Amino acid sequence: MSVKMIRKIIFIFVISLFFQTNNVVADTSGNEELNVSQESDTAQECFEGVSRAMFKFNHALDGAVFEPVAKGYRSLPAGLRKGTGNAVNNLRSLLTLTNNVLQGDFHKAADTAGRFLVNTTVGILGIWDPATALGLEDHGKEDFGQTMGVWGTSSGCYFVLPILGPTTARDAVGLVGNMFLDPVYQVTHNSGMADRSFSEHNYWYYRGTGSVDFRAKNIESFDSVEENSIDLYASLKSLYLQNRNKKILNSKSITETQNDNDWEEIDTN
Amino acid sequence: MKKKIFISIFFIFLFTQKSFAYSSDPKQFITEIVEEVKKILIATNTKEYKTTKLSEIALETVDIKGIAFYSLGKYRKNITDENLKEYLRLFEKYFLKSFTSRLTDYSDPKINVLSTNILNEKYTIVKSVLIGTDKKPEVNIEWRIYTKNPEKPMIRDLIIEGLSLARTQKEEFASVIELNNGDVSKLFDTLKEFISK
Repeated sequence: MSVKMIRKIIFIFVISLFFQTNNVVADTSGNEELNVSQESDTAQECFEGVSRAMFKFNHALDGAVFEPVAKGYRSLPAGLRKGTGNAVNNLRSLLTLTNNVLQGDFHKAADTAGRFLVNTTVGILGIWDPATALGLEDHGKEDFGQTMGVWGTSSGCYFVLPILGPTTARDAVGLVGNMFLDPVYQVTHNSGMADRSFSEHNYWYYRGTGSVDFRAKNIESFDSVEENSIDLYASLKSLYLQNRNKKILNSKSITETQNDNDWEEIDTN
Repeated sequence: MKKKIFISIFFIFLFTQKSFAYSSDPKQFITEIVEEVKKILIATNTKEYKTTKLSEIALETVDIKGIAFYSLGKYRKNITDENLKEYLRLFEKYFLKSFTSRLTDYSDPKINVLSTNILNEKYTIVKSVLIGTDKKPEVNIEWRIYTKNPEKPMIRDLIIEGLSLARTQKEEFASVIELNNGDVSKLFDTLKEFISK
């Protein structure tokens, strides 16, 4: 057996291990039931010890770099921050558009495309958001991890990546997929494209700005979670998985995204 | 005669003060709580005053015992009566500290109560929105109201942008217990540590 073949077998084994279906949920009565839609209950740890160590590293890095940068960003004039956030979101909508199409959601794809066209032109490179005023609804961001979830891929196990933070096996593959599907990445990285006025750095500036904008909008939320957690790692894991589950179901109704069964048996009056 | 009238009025006043009843209509119930919380959170009030008043509201309107049971998840099935008693005592302290700490940093929050969604006879969801500022985005908040006793609705969960605080807490508790090989008493130690912080 060649080395190449052995590598291939190991690769397939690791991938199948990551994507093992973990749909068995132990509810509060101790029974086990199959449930597809409550993924926040189901993702097992890939390697918890390593993930917790990685989480500590990320947390320290956030305190030393990301949070101070986010606080500095927040001291900028509101109009400047709003315009920056809008422009980044406008560029990000191209990845959403690709995923809308891959999910077969053509209605949302039409809205996303319309928003991009209006905001890039009338809204001057997305700095303003006239599309909303024109009734073109923002349906939220989509990525390839979500698309794979919509296609029926289970989340696989949960782990923490350095710098990038919480993820699952499916979402980690989605991160790689996002690069190939994101037109902004292609324009800035693909040397075959005619227009080379954008360098690879531009892509990372755009991604970095988006992250800082997000962090700045959530300073108090992060602080509150941090202050009120008895196990911050577990809190953030729960929040991450609930959020991904909600996004994949594309639902705003908590009755679809939350398992009500475990409330049902608790009677206190 | 005057004395009797005075005493009667005094007791009526005392009675109405002690038994201020929130509406039994879930939407109105939340509206009233939000209004009360707003009054408490004005910037001129001290943190101690805010903490005390918010705790009083929580004890009156939140089903702390129900949330405690929920948060313990599958472990509540095997817990001894003595441990359960200790857990409920610790949980109430933990919950009040966590609840008041989350809110006391806000001043003059603007929350619009929007609509209700009756899930079944035991649960109604009340939808509301925390109005955004130039620094913070708008936040959707849903309140899970326990309506088994329709005359006295109680809050059981807050779902912020689709993320349940009760579920997060439950998974956090499970993590602490599992990391200690299923030893529930380690959760008690962790709760004590949090309370004493």
